Amino acid sequence: MMESYALLMAATLNAGTVLALASLGLLINEKAGIVNLGAEGMMLCAAIAGFAAVVYSGSDWLGFAAGMSAGAVLAFVFGVLVIWLNTNQYATGLAVSLFGAGFSAFVGIGYVQEKMPARPSFAVPYLSDIPWFGPALFRHHPLVYLSILFALGLIWFLFRTRAGLILRSVGENPASAHALGYPVRRIRLMAVVAGGAMCGLAGAYVSIVYTPLWVEGMVAGKGWIALALTTFATWRPARVLLGAYLFGGVTMLQFHLQGIGVDVPSQFLTMLPYLSTIVVLALISRNPQWIRINMPTSIGKPFYPDS
Amino acid sequence: MLRLEARPQPSALWSYGSPVLALLVTVMIGVLMFTALGQDPLKALSVFFWEPIRSPYALGELAVKATPLLLIALGLAVCFRSNVWNIGAEGQYVLGAIAASGVALLADQSTGRWIVLPILLAGVLGGMFWAGITAWLRDRFNANEILVSLMLVYVAVQVLSFVVSGPWKDPQGYNFPQSKNFELVTRIPRLFDGSRVSIGVFLALAGVLATWIFLFRTRAGFAQQVGGLAPAAARYAGFSSRRALWVALLVSGGTAGLAGALEVAGPMGQLTPYVPAGYGFAAIIVAFVGRLHPVGMVFSAILMSMFYIGGELAQSRLGLPKSLTGVFQGLLLFTLLACDTLVNYRLKWGK
Repeated sequence: MMESYALLMAATLNAGTVLALASLGLLINEKAGIVNLGAEGMMLCAAIAGFAAVVYSGSDWLGFAAGMSAGAVLAFVFGVLVIWLNTNQYATGLAVSLFGAGFSAFVGIGYVQEKMPARPSFAVPYLSDIPWFGPALFRHHPLVYLSILFALGLIWFLFRTRAGLILRSVGENPASAHALGYPVRRIRLMAVVAGGAMCGLAGAYVSIVYTPLWVEGMVAGKGWIALALTTFATWRPARVLLGAYLFGGVTMLQFHLQGIGVDVPSQFLTMLPYLSTIVVLALISRNPQWIRINMPTSIGKPFYPDS
Repeated sequence: MLRLEARPQPSALWSYGSPVLALLVTVMIGVLMFTALGQDPLKALSVFFWEPIRSPYALGELAVKATPLLLIALGLAVCFRSNVWNIGAEGQYVLGAIAASGVALLADQSTGRWIVLPILLAGVLGGMFWAGITAWLRDRFNANEILVSLMLVYVAVQVLSFVVSGPWKDPQGYNFPQSKNFELVTRIPRLFDGSRVSIGVFLALAGVLATWIFLFRTRAGFAQQVGGLAPAAARYAGFSSRRALWVALLVSGGTAGLAGALEVAGPMGQLTPYVPAGYGFAAIIVAFVGRLHPVGMVFSAILMSMFYIGGELAQSRLGLPKSLTGVFQGLLLFTLLACDTLVNYRLKWGK
């Protein structure tokens, strides 16, 4: 019994990492005032790009790099359309998601039966031998630990550096930032590309580590849940990380419940992460003050300097 | 350097020209893609744009796929014009199909043709119910309708999977997760022999007229759109934004549900896990490409239907994956949004 809880803990961290990487990335561009609804599409394209790269190279890290590039390229296209051509952010993000779903399925058709070469498994020396804690916490892919470091780094960057302050000012009041001489559009584009790269990393993690194979549509809404997470967390990186693990836990709970023989049709368990997203979203949103205090003021609003 | 200059007024010419230009750009990208894949681009293009209109049967198939797309897009146009971002039409479509199947499965040998009406009604109500959840959560809790409606798509797919592998599973279905075949009386009446075109086409065209009248000839439709364009002006005029939210979501849920009912009691004839075919998402593109205008969407629905059929033919004739459809659909929305810049801006050379 204890062992199964250790496995649940491990699976939670694993699933939470996907959401954390994507959601922290989306947080960067939302802090700069841009909502990218294309997360799901970027993750799907990154998943196939990463998977293919590992199949050919045998290296996880090349796979992650390929995924990040795929996410960044799509985000770049999105950013140019939204920031320079003033297209509607929601519609353009949807276009990324729809295109990404189609394109990944199209490119991925030849990889459906493909297997990745065997790679060494990871374990933290000594710590991984501790009973219970070892398998629960210390036998993960290095990216799991790196994602926590990334969250800490993002907190430092956003709230302790000048560049972070400028990024946030662009999301709060682009007109003032522009008046002060900051290149608002270029900063926003950089934030969007950074967000896309992180979504790409998350997508590649899905196909390389989380479920090491390629299936059409395998991201299964995690991009959308990651989008919802930034709202749940009221745009605070630490809460994003916590929320990601919480939802990772909900995703994994279904397998645990099935494992211990709970007599509920599996479909209702599969629904859990989506239903809880809806419930939490409603609960958090019902208090407009929580949202408003931390929400970037100009989020979703276009800015076009008519100089 | 190339730069944009705001037009004093949106260009009427480009608001019609932009979808055409977007289609041309998409086709050009398509030609490049086919060439890169080692296909004859002309042959590939004919599969997408000539084969679907070549024979009466093909035209019928074109209409069969355009019908649900048009119906869903009509509802979405009302939504988007009211600035309500319902992107979960796929889920509302699935729920419509489930509700319609619930009625269709009640029919037996002695049932009359009247059963078709309750089937369609159940579909509408099912879709409205599903969209109503989004409306309620938005209205009562201020929950973002984009995320809620989208999450409900995943939930709807699981509900579908549950009913076809549990309570409604066909006991003689070799353990496949699907319902039994519906009785023939439940079949949506077809227009001709040898074609799958049903009265759904007329329902969709009636929907075009109804949407046009609602949007452009009624006070309620006007209030609906003012709320989307200028929320402050709508408040000043006393138009209720809550009402607009509910109307938008219930209308689009209803049309999506109707499309689901027509599909499941029409071409499919039974409830299977293959009900969600992406129509709910493709209809978003139909709505935008058709300029959110009821008549424009007739053309864009036909175009999107060509993409669907072209994708299937590309698979069977050219050995290309069917997912090509999704690639072109996404590309078209991308290029359309980019071309739409020309509606509000002029391209200018110089500093």
